[in-house]
Amino acid sequence: MSDDKKYYFDKPENVSFVLRIFYAICGLLVVADIFIHRHTIHSWEDIFGFYAIYGFVACVTLVLVAKQIRKVLMRDEDYYDDE
Amino acid sequence: MMTNSLPPFVLFFVAALLLPFFRGYFRYALLLALPVIGGFGLIGLEEGSTLQFSLFGYGLEPFRVDRLSLLFGYLFHIAAFIGIIYSLHVRDNMQQVAALFYIGSALGAVFAGDLITLFIFWELMAVSSTFLVWARRTNKALASGFRYLIIQMSSGLLLLAGAAMLIYQNGDARFEYIGLDGQGLEYVASWLIFIAFGIKCAFPLFHNWLTDAYAEATPTGTVFLSAFTTKAAIYCMARAYPGTELLVYIGMAMTCFPIFYAVIENDLRRVLGYSMINQLGFMICGIGIGTALSINGAVAHAFTDVIFKGLLFMSMGAVLHMTGRINGSELGGLYKTMPKTTILCLIGAASISAFPLFSGFVSKSMVMSAALAEGYHGIWLVLLFASAGVFHHAGIKIPYFAFFAHDSGLRVSDPPNNMLIAMAIAAFLCVFIGTNQQLLYGLLPYTVEYTPYDMTHILAQCQLLFFSALAFVWLQKQGLYPPELRSINIDTEWVYRKMFPCTWNVIKNMYCSIAGYICAVTDKILCGIGLSVAHIYGQQGIIKKTLQTNYAVFMVMIFLLGYLLFYLFNLT
Repeated sequence: MSDDKKYYFDKPENVSFVLRIFYAICGLLVVADIFIHRHTIHSWEDIFGFYAIYGFVACVTLVLVAKQIRKVLMRDEDYYDDE
Repeated sequence: MMTNSLPPFVLFFVAALLLPFFRGYFRYALLLALPVIGGFGLIGLEEGSTLQFSLFGYGLEPFRVDRLSLLFGYLFHIAAFIGIIYSLHVRDNMQQVAALFYIGSALGAVFAGDLITLFIFWELMAVSSTFLVWARRTNKALASGFRYLIIQMSSGLLLLAGAAMLIYQNGDARFEYIGLDGQGLEYVASWLIFIAFGIKCAFPLFHNWLTDAYAEATPTGTVFLSAFTTKAAIYCMARAYPGTELLVYIGMAMTCFPIFYAVIENDLRRVLGYSMINQLGFMICGIGIGTALSINGAVAHAFTDVIFKGLLFMSMGAVLHMTGRINGSELGGLYKTMPKTTILCLIGAASISAFPLFSGFVSKSMVMSAALAEGYHGIWLVLLFASAGVFHHAGIKIPYFAFFAHDSGLRVSDPPNNMLIAMAIAAFLCVFIGTNQQLLYGLLPYTVEYTPYDMTHILAQCQLLFFSALAFVWLQKQGLYPPELRSINIDTEWVYRKMFPCTWNVIKNMYCSIAGYICAVTDKILCGIGLSVAHIYGQQGIIKKTLQTNYAVFMVMIFLLGYLLFYLFNLT
């Protein structure tokens, strides 16, 4: 079923090009925090780059905790097959 | 008051009965005309116009129109239209008839003005939707369908019990605000109905039917399933329990726990199932906060969710339809030959993640703002965590593992045109609602001024999402991201799929061994009695030995002699 045709993301330079744009946007969003005054309600929102930090930390925590949970919850695909 | 307009469910029920007799283009025409005629029929309706009649002394209201029911009416017609186009290629009467009954029942439920009507449609929804699971015609789907049906019917029974108590207590059957603050019988009834709705809203611990059945149904069936049952339940919750604080905490739990499952789940439609519970959590939270803004946010989110979650289920259905596979571990690299599906899936992913300009942003931000404004700061932080999480699994994981990641070598084309058109309509609506939010806001139950597009919201949301994505990239590059493995994860279904059967087996074995022991003892006792009897009456028994023939003759002689003597004495 496979073919030899090269697609866009088969070339590593294309992957790194897309990633560089992505990193640049991330950088710009943090820099924007300096110039744009956010209306805040919660005191934590006043922290510089709060949402960026929160998003990053939240996702890393999520994945690392989920990996630990997997040790407890994961079973073989045929676990329920003897029903 | 009687109106000329027919309740919307009638159209779908009649069409469901007629459909098997239609073939070819007539069949397409009938199917496509239904949601269009039904949807336009709603436009002219005025609030408060209802159909009412009396049965056994109770006023029934099978067609009540107000802003809340009308919004869900429009939504269900849109979902029906998209779902019907998506499944137009299906040549299976069972599926299409079941889908029409299901749509009709869901419409019946949201327009039900009394508890009796609501109960009837609640159960009809349960039964008709089960056929969409069974239509997959695999043993797994059959078993899953039975589990689904039992849980859905239990919800119905609780609703029936609660409704009966309420009607007995209040003397009327109207379906209005119920709340959890009643006294006595009303209190019990309100809890029964709360749990009945909660089961269909996929409350934590009651949620597993959703991820179980939605992953086993047919590719087209899941698209219908994802649109109606849970949203009808959200509608009922918004009508009967707004401002119930408990819902804030239940909703918070719902937004949070499924995202952990979603990260480690391999079946991508099950990932979407978990992600759906997460989205329902935002709605439940909004209903629980109970302000005009938060309830608007909850129902607006139900509206946008049906469309973007439908789009995601459609894109995964397309993958399943074309490749026959749905596990992340077996997919990857499909963007190469399914470019249109990839782009449409990405639009759905952007919408569910609430990127600015997409539909999720204009609805979810209302719930978030309401939580913050009402002082639920802890809840707000959890919801923010869940927002980052939903982007992580539904926004990134789904498209990444299906269409990118490692190349699975599968080279299948985009799905049939009808599927693509349905996905394109949903994708268009995602962007249209995201950019013309005032149209949606105009349909919401309360009039509230809310502006999602200000610099604060946009910047905050972009930072949150881009840095969540950055976390994904970083974890992937570090090799910390859990790989997709051929596996399943145990959830609450373990209780009824493993624990109950195992416990039953233990009890059965115990019963068998105890019964065996009792049998053995009884046998011994009976044998003992038998032996004793044999000892007395048997071949070699006492009686047998003493009653030999000669003794018998002797005894007869004695009797005869006695009789002779008696006779002689009597003569004298």
